[in-house]
Amino acid sequence: MIAESGHYALVLALALALIQSTLPILGARWRDFALMNVARSAALAQLLFVAASFAALVTLHATSDFSVVNVFENSHSLKPMIYKITGVWGNHEGSMLLWVFILALFGGLVAAFGNNLPLSLRAHVLAVQAWIASAFYLFILITSNPFLRIANPPIEGRDLNPVLQDIGLAVHPPMLYLGYVGFSISFSFAVAALIEGRIDAAWARWVRPWTLVAWIFLTLGIAMGSYWAYYELGWGGWWFWDPVENASLMPWLAGTALLHSAVVMEKRNALKIWTILLSILTFSLSLLGTFLVRSGVLTSVHAFATDPTRGVFILLILCVFIGGSLTLYAWRASALKQGGLFAPISREGALVLNNLFLTTACATVFIGTLYPLALEVLTGDKISVGAPFFNLTFAPLFVPLLIALPFGPLLAWKRGDLLGAAQRLSAAGIAALIAIAVLWAWTRGGSAFAPLAIGLAVFVVAGALSDLAERTGVFRMPFGTAMRRSRGLPRSTWGTAFAHAGVGIALIGIVCETTWNSEYIGSMKPNDTTEIAGYELKLAGVTQRQGPNFRETVAQFAVSLDGKPLSTMMPSKRNFTTRASSTTEAALLTRGASQLYISLGEAAADGAIAVRIYHKPLVLLIWFGPVLMAFGGMLSLSDRRLRVGAPKPAKAMRGLQAAE
Amino acid sequence: MMLWFVFALMTAAAVFAVLWPLSRHGRLQKDGSEAAVYKDQLTEIDRDVAAGLIASSEAAAARVEISRRLLAAADNQRDRPFVSSISLRRSAAVIALVGLPIAAIALYLPLGSPWLGDFPLAQRARAPEVTQPLDSLVAQVEQHLEKNPTDGRGWNVLAPVLARLGRYDEAVRAYRSSITYNGDSAERRADLGEALAAAASGVITAEAKAEFERALALNADQVKASYFLGVAAEQDGRAAEAASIWRAMLAKAPTDAPWRPLVQAALARVDGSAPALSDDIVAAAKDMNDTDRGAMIRGMVERLASRLKQNGDDVEGWLRLVRAYIVMGDRDKAKSALTDARQAVAYDAERLRQLNEGLKNLGLNG
Repeated sequence: MIAESGHYALVLALALALIQSTLPILGARWRDFALMNVARSAALAQLLFVAASFAALVTLHATSDFSVVNVFENSHSLKPMIYKITGVWGNHEGSMLLWVFILALFGGLVAAFGNNLPLSLRAHVLAVQAWIASAFYLFILITSNPFLRIANPPIEGRDLNPVLQDIGLAVHPPMLYLGYVGFSISFSFAVAALIEGRIDAAWARWVRPWTLVAWIFLTLGIAMGSYWAYYELGWGGWWFWDPVENASLMPWLAGTALLHSAVVMEKRNALKIWTILLSILTFSLSLLGTFLVRSGVLTSVHAFATDPTRGVFILLILCVFIGGSLTLYAWRASALKQGGLFAPISREGALVLNNLFLTTACATVFIGTLYPLALEVLTGDKISVGAPFFNLTFAPLFVPLLIALPFGPLLAWKRGDLLGAAQRLSAAGIAALIAIAVLWAWTRGGSAFAPLAIGLAVFVVAGALSDLAERTGVFRMPFGTAMRRSRGLPRSTWGTAFAHAGVGIALIGIVCETTWNSEYIGSMKPNDTTEIAGYELKLAGVTQRQGPNFRETVAQFAVSLDGKPLSTMMPSKRNFTTRASSTTEAALLTRGASQLYISLGEAAADGAIAVRIYHKPLVLLIWFGPVLMAFGGMLSLSDRRLRVGAPKPAKAMRGLQAAE
Repeated sequence: MMLWFVFALMTAAAVFAVLWPLSRHGRLQKDGSEAAVYKDQLTEIDRDVAAGLIASSEAAAARVEISRRLLAAADNQRDRPFVSSISLRRSAAVIALVGLPIAAIALYLPLGSPWLGDFPLAQRARAPEVTQPLDSLVAQVEQHLEKNPTDGRGWNVLAPVLARLGRYDEAVRAYRSSITYNGDSAERRADLGEALAAAASGVITAEAKAEFERALALNADQVKASYFLGVAAEQDGRAAEAASIWRAMLAKAPTDAPWRPLVQAALARVDGSAPALSDDIVAAAKDMNDTDRGAMIRGMVERLASRLKQNGDDVEGWLRLVRAYIVMGDRDKAKSALTDARQAVAYDAERLRQLNEGLKNLGLNG
């Protein structure tokens, strides 16, 4: 009964979504508030039914009900309970159900907490949200139904892909989906604004928290996924420019641009066209990501769906929503009233520059990801676009962006003073130069780019700090005044500084890891010793162990530094009989922000075992940076105050130009 | 009955969610407006000035801008008042009352299986399984072996059962484990070879042949290995060699050996120029080189595929086709055949089950 009730709840959610997608729009058209209010209760009821449906699927997985095809194909009775539950979204059907659950969750949140929205805007937003929801409910019910049954249930399931049997699966997909799907709200707001033909600073105020939430989760989700790949896949790499990774990076880049232009819109009523377009693009890229991963167009660890009917269905959804919204945009955007004016050198100008760089970077990733696919479709040739392409295109775009980054917050609204900003950044610039010089002297003969890149990163971090110092006046005023001023500083300002510093810190990690990473790849016998980056590693022994649903070979490494024993590292290799496959469990030893990394390869007949040992200096900063960015986002989110961008009064009117 | 009661309750809740706002009179909750946002922005400026974050001249400029927005927003708000139309509400209510349940039932019935109850594993483990005793026993042994993979006796018991159930690939793995943990023996090698051949639809692959040869190296009189080496020779088109192997076996064998008739029949097949298989395949293949034989096999497979395209009810045929593609090393075709098979028998639960069972035996995960 649980299975069938869950199934029926999903059908009811679709029926409600269909009502929610039509009645409120009609109500807004005829100005009938009762019809507009249907959006709200329908959205809440929809959330209730999808939640019930999702809970039903979780229960079925937890109780190993193999009469459900989805459970049979992806679960095993011996699996630990946590993986039984995470296995719900470790497969195509379940992950799509999680997708719509989160979509309904955001819809429900807008319905519940959208009291401050004008009635017709809320009706439109929820209706657009329901269009998306209807399309995806239909997709799930018709092509990837998780509630299909087997009349004679088998006694044992086929088990989950062992690579996915990890705590990472509990965190990474839900976070990523909260990010992806969260951007549906800004999309719905943008489409609603286009339908109403009206958009202004208040609109940006209302969208702000939703965009921020989505961005925070997407940032954390990507970072988490990267760390998971780092420790689970056993290659010691943390970013592969894999199409699936790119699919999550594209909405992040567009979403970051959106976040910034929405700020301009709230504060200065400018960059309206940018904001609307970025809202549409960000969610479109999220949909594209879903299509790439779910359709099986790409074959990688992530693409567990290879049914062509699904691909065609998602492609259809993609075309309708992206095409439809862009058409609406082309038709209505010109009707939007133009916003505030500003000089080219001003905070607004800096943010336009930021948008340009971020969208161009997004476009290069887009090309690098889709070009091989297009080529394969047209000519049948298979090519792969990898790290070299992205390093050559992505990096040159990010360098000027990072150089410009510290200037942005220091420029005044409407018309800024570049020279003044540069003066105030001189301390940061000096810090960067010192960092470059020290590194140069220290690593003489190494890569010339690395010290420069680290100097740039130091500049970004120090720039964020000097912005704070400037605002609090910590070096100009008495200490007490500065403290008072720093308490009075809006949390959003702190958030900006943290997020910007996070970018610099991640860059330090990336540069250090790629430049000074040392590795040892070879085979070792028990009692063999090897040395890496000053650490001495001795293979003490290899033992076998039995886990709940796997067997593992564990190697013990005694690690010592300068003759003093430090710790024991135990990498292992797990064999899963049910799927006849194996995974590597790398052992990590964290020293400060650096890590030692050991993963095991195949064992040879003579007792030797292949090992890969890496020393990765400051590697943890790569993920600490995004965490800091997300923390900055949360600070900004917690600041419920309104954002006002006070324009700098002109001394002489000159050089003003329109926002768009 | 209980299930339909729950469905009815859920439907009622959904209908209620739509009807409730329609039944409300008057505008109870106040909605937000842009003017409210701008008013808040104005107070925000005062706070920023007080905190010393912006200078008073900037604050004045900001106030002017925001006031302009506030005026524009106030203009907008006055232009169209809200209305309330009884007829609109009535038609919306009808849609909810009639349309929603009909849409839900119409969508659910073709997709759902309301006659199936739940089968949580805990409950099923308690109730003895009468329908598939062998399957559940096998599952138990497999579970035991998963935890104690070095239990050679377990592998010894499991392997022949798996082979008899037609799960050849797993049987191969079980025999291999049995050899690892029980030690090498001619019988086990011969059984392993047989399972390998069965997994390849009866073709004695090079791998299977190697196992038979190893069995004979351990015990030159191993009957099964000798017989299958004869079959291998026959399949390779070396009928004379096959015949001589089998003749030697018969010469050495005691008169009451149970396998005598089998070997005699095989001998008659190659000796007496009787057709090896009912459809003359081997006879025709005898004089061919490898390329031609491959082409012939492909032709047969294609004939099978086109027959199944016209009549997809033949589950055994589908399984044979999938297996053939796998043996030919064409996994893509096997996959697409598998999808076709699923579609062809999708409307028949019993056939679908048979197909899934068979596929499981082929070691394919859907």
